[in-house]
Amino acid sequence: MGASKGALELVCPAGTPAALRAAIESGADAVYCGFRDETNARNFPGLNFSRDELRQAVMFAHQKGAKVLVAINTFPRAGDVGPWLRAVDDAAAFNADAVILADLGLLAYAAKEHPNLRLHLSVQAGAANTDAISFYVEAFSVKRVVLPRVLSVPEIAKMTRTVPCETEVFVFGGLCVMEEGRCSLSSYASGKSPNMHGVCSPASHVSYTEEGGSLVSRLGDFTINRVPSDQSVGYPTLCKGRFKTKFGAAHIFEDPVSLDARVLLPALRDAGVKALKIEGRQRGRAYVGAVVKTFRDAVDALERGETAPSGALTTLTEGQSATCGGYLKTWR
Amino acid sequence: MRRILENVAITGATPMGPRATTLTMGPVLFNWPAEQWRDFYFRIADEAPVEHVCVGEIVCSRRQPFYNSVIADVVERLERAGKTVLLSSLALPTLDRELRAESALRESSQMIEANDISMLRLLRPRPHAIGPLVNVYNERTAQLLASHGAARICLPPELPLASIEAIAKATPEAAIEVWAFGRAPLAISARCYHARLHGRMKDSCQFVCDQDPDGLPVATVDDQKFLTVNGVQTLSHTYCCLLNEVSKLMDIGVASLRLSPHTVNMVAVAQLFRDVVDRRREPQSALAALSDICPDVEFSNGFIHGDVGARFVTA
Repeated sequence: MGASKGALELVCPAGTPAALRAAIESGADAVYCGFRDETNARNFPGLNFSRDELRQAVMFAHQKGAKVLVAINTFPRAGDVGPWLRAVDDAAAFNADAVILADLGLLAYAAKEHPNLRLHLSVQAGAANTDAISFYVEAFSVKRVVLPRVLSVPEIAKMTRTVPCETEVFVFGGLCVMEEGRCSLSSYASGKSPNMHGVCSPASHVSYTEEGGSLVSRLGDFTINRVPSDQSVGYPTLCKGRFKTKFGAAHIFEDPVSLDARVLLPALRDAGVKALKIEGRQRGRAYVGAVVKTFRDAVDALERGETAPSGALTTLTEGQSATCGGYLKTWR
Repeated sequence: MRRILENVAITGATPMGPRATTLTMGPVLFNWPAEQWRDFYFRIADEAPVEHVCVGEIVCSRRQPFYNSVIADVVERLERAGKTVLLSSLALPTLDRELRAESALRESSQMIEANDISMLRLLRPRPHAIGPLVNVYNERTAQLLASHGAARICLPPELPLASIEAIAKATPEAAIEVWAFGRAPLAISARCYHARLHGRMKDSCQFVCDQDPDGLPVATVDDQKFLTVNGVQTLSHTYCCLLNEVSKLMDIGVASLRLSPHTVNMVAVAQLFRDVVDRRREPQSALAALSDICPDVEFSNGFIHGDVGARFVTA
């Protein structure tokens, strides 16, 4: 646990009980996790928490002075919303500190059935402006919004001043270039989507083949990248792929880089942001521990008025290169 | 013929009773010159057998000023022709001027179609429509929106039939609409991919998206046709086409089918859907005719079958 815990809350990923313990022992103020089913947006094989594991995780976290936020942030299936309602009920019964929701109907359910349960608005809700966020606050008493990664730091600052709830921003990890929660690219190629199935470019539909001196990665039937055999092709997340247009072949949506907004921490704090989020529930405990420790040190240094240490996290980033993402809006 | 009679019987047996299925011409998603945009809607007004027409720029606010000089004429012409006009709002407003423009939409007498949650706060409890870029995945959300004043809900294109059916059955107070023709909108970003491909900044893009009136083709590096780029929006390469599913959609209480404008003859497209809805033409024959109207276009219907979205399922 970090020596000082100031206003900036460090919200860290936990795909497994082991990662949860690693995050908390490395200084997380809060961890977020999900049940082992399609109710959360990281519905990957071998990840997430059984009912028992989640109940114990909350008890462990509370003993250590940390919070547990339960992500139930896919969109319930029409005609079969039961699993999502039960997930909210169970999170409340286990004394989770908040649930992270995206679906309007589920927010209404949670607000009505569990008025004392703290509601956070998932980034999957795609609330990218003050009016949208205010709607969720007024309709469901949402206490915090996780902001989309499409906003710049000045936009985050302005929004944080004007919205009637706390704001949380991503500072490290994978980077969606499309507005979160409004992307069907994955299901167009694989039939499985973040919104409905909690997966994006799922491993079950990924293949790597060696073809005449090339290494080819595919999602479903579609080639996402093709590189010479002696190079690394990377995981074929659709929007990070290399595609052809009349201008030639390129990473037309985004280069395969990861977010590392450590240098922006002072600006985010000054903007009034309440919480910093680290992406990566699909990551192992060693990764989680290392990243959380680095950010704990950075946040603590910031609170002591010191310059944050700029340690090397690049070996942990996707494609081994990092960016401040849209936060600097170099493309506007 | 036997199948048609069965369908009639099934429709008549639903608690709602038979409900006429209407056609909706969606908003033009692409950057068409103002004159072409105006003439398209004039022709829709005069010739297309559609009941509802959506007007307004939903993809990029930078394009909006181009249509300001012609939109009043378009709305008047459509209404004079007996069409119900819906004004479609921007999909991803983030700038102050964009939010002000959204707010100004409220002053109009036409029904507003909200394409972002931000509009809901402005619109309720006034009757309004929910566009396909708002996430409505289940009956609870649909019912909530209806209770806030949503009279029409166009569902997201990725929904499978079972979801559409559950939502339509549980939400009789709103007219449920389904994306039935045209490239499926798959993603929206703050970043402009047209500008990026042309090596320009978003704010000095010089409106290069006008070079691709049906979107900029994106293929895989193995030359599989895959996606299209339309400014900040990414769409499918294939045109969604639900001609084969019209009868089923009518059976489950879908109130309207959305046709999304392309540069093909949209009056002829609308007529084919109208003929199939009215049971004057078999889907297979309409599909063959549609292929003639849309040469070089590949169709898909995978989403509604719960399959890969890019596929065309014939079963």
